[in-house]
Amino acid sequence: MEDYHPLKGKMFQVLKPDGTLGPGQSPPMSDHETLDLYEKMVFIRLADQRALMLQRQGRFGTYAPIWGQEACQIGSTYVLQKGDWVFPAFREIGATLMMGISLKTFYLYWMGNEIGSRAPEEINVMPVSVPVGSQTLHAVGAAWAAKIKGDKIVTIVYFGDGATSKGDFHEAMNLAGVFKTPTIFFCQNNQFAISVPRSLQTASKTIAQKAIAYGFDGIQVDGNDLFAVIVASKEAVEKARSGGGPTLIEGVTFRFGPHTTADDPTKYRTEKEIEPWKPLDPLVRLRLYLKEKGLWSAEVEHKMTEQAQAEIDQAVKEAEAIPVPEVDEIFKYVFAEMTSPLKEQLEYLKSTLT
Amino acid sequence: MAKLNMVEAINLALREEMERDSRVVVFGEDVGKEGGVFRVTDGLQAKFGPDRVIDTPLAETGIAGAAFGMAVYGLRPVAEIQFEGFLFPCLDQINNHISRIRNRSRGRFTCPLVIRLPYGGGIHAPEHHSDSPEAILAHIPGIKVVIPSTPYEAKGLLLSSIRDPDPVLFFEPKRIYRAIREEVPEGDYAIPLGKARLAQDGKDVTVVAWGAMVREALNAAEQLKADKIEAEIIDLRTISPIDSETLVTSIRKTGRGVIVHEAPKTCGLGAEIIALINEKALLSLQAPIERVTGFDIPVPLAKTEHYYLPNPRRIVLAVKKVMSF
Repeated sequence: MEDYHPLKGKMFQVLKPDGTLGPGQSPPMSDHETLDLYEKMVFIRLADQRALMLQRQGRFGTYAPIWGQEACQIGSTYVLQKGDWVFPAFREIGATLMMGISLKTFYLYWMGNEIGSRAPEEINVMPVSVPVGSQTLHAVGAAWAAKIKGDKIVTIVYFGDGATSKGDFHEAMNLAGVFKTPTIFFCQNNQFAISVPRSLQTASKTIAQKAIAYGFDGIQVDGNDLFAVIVASKEAVEKARSGGGPTLIEGVTFRFGPHTTADDPTKYRTEKEIEPWKPLDPLVRLRLYLKEKGLWSAEVEHKMTEQAQAEIDQAVKEAEAIPVPEVDEIFKYVFAEMTSPLKEQLEYLKSTLT
Repeated sequence: MAKLNMVEAINLALREEMERDSRVVVFGEDVGKEGGVFRVTDGLQAKFGPDRVIDTPLAETGIAGAAFGMAVYGLRPVAEIQFEGFLFPCLDQINNHISRIRNRSRGRFTCPLVIRLPYGGGIHAPEHHSDSPEAILAHIPGIKVVIPSTPYEAKGLLLSSIRDPDPVLFFEPKRIYRAIREEVPEGDYAIPLGKARLAQDGKDVTVVAWGAMVREALNAAEQLKADKIEAEIIDLRTISPIDSETLVTSIRKTGRGVIVHEAPKTCGLGAEIIALINEKALLSLQAPIERVTGFDIPVPLAKTEHYYLPNPRRIVLAVKKVMSF
């Protein structure tokens, strides 16, 4: 990875957009594992599209789609182990499902039910973090605690290019560097923070190079190249797990969709700007790669899609079948034990409900 | 039993709790080698090592955000914010994460941490070192706000705060850090959170105070004896959740009330207490409740700070006003 020191200005890539391997590169996993991950990617893209559709139909709240960033999240979670911790921002359907959270649970949150933020006991995925960049510190704190306790786990935190402008990012990177916490900072540089382009967030040539100032490694990877993300993440995770400290990974990618369903991207970017990114779509190159291996065909794709849609139908059905929670639900998790003022307020509220 | 001041009592609480519970870690700016700018954590790093008593970089948001991550992971962090004036960068973490992770995750993740912060005026400190922002915190659902008024109280309340399953903001009245010495037992005694203390029994008027103002109220009560007025002093101890039962019981007995706080008047906790009493005991009142508070101005520097701070004289005047209504 020495060749990809951020100041050398070279982005790490394994699989080229045409689906062939870069010079001297080899795939990080078997063809069948690649096919499995491709199938996951298809599923996540379709589940994401369904979320958008449900929002348009009024069955979903405001939603932040992943469309285009699948390789960043799938590749980086693929290399995690049981016991590792994920700190998402709010565009992480990929990372969340990869960690084993069910689609039904994921949908529940965006349908407006907090129970969707409750990860099963054995899965350490935090609820989304809406205040941009604030979660970077949480990943450092948890990793720091693990280090103090002697646990060999890593934490990974997701954020965008916009978050790197925030003070929290600085404080988190600085703390992680000083205390050598086992933290992976994964920046999905998707070129826009709502409407503001990457060029207005920082005068740094790359985001990866910011790591140098904090005294640890940074690397810029082609965030639409699943193989590159896997290779870089694996190295970062192994280093962190063995006491080598944090890494900043900048995944260069593109958000094809809106920031959220409440946003109109035609206001700030033209079709012409999107055009060059289309052939770089993470699914396209993986499909070409698998086709060359004889593992992908229109028929395979059709079958995968059909199966995914059926699973998604089922998740939607199950999530929508969950009844509106009882009123106690919004009071009883504020503290471990409900306080007197809360008991009084709940009682009052109940008295006003027929 | 040793007579300790509040600094020593808090130090003792931290020391004993760190011995008892290996999950407790202390961290913040200058808390290690220096033992904190007020020496509250003096000697702890030497005893427990730099992994459990940690000097952090100068970053208040970072301290709060990292404490959140540590607590969620399973430690019991006790973070120090050096002065209340530096609390404000932490409010994002406190309001948006620390206070609500239990609720947001429906109990899957919790955040049992303590943020200690010296607060309040009266020590002729520089700017941004004399404020009383407790009501700002009390307005945030999901955290507890605890304020001790004596060394004994400080130890017992801090032990409860560290053991509490939810986040606690622990305000330390720096003005009385070394002003009071009293017997503080070694070993375990936890004072329950959310319960006020009857600091002095009386029948004529209820005076509600917390932190450094309890001492002012007690001094005022001494002076009022000359006028044959027996003031009942309630030390609120926990301002959130508030113990309305103790307040209402006392008001029902006395029919009159004065609330004392150092924080600015507008939207101070005094307003909340008056509203609570109106809801629950209006017909017991024989006079409108008076407030003796700071003013809606920045706390002045040393030369004029005395104008700002509530004192026994203002409390006596307020009591006489409600007595003669």
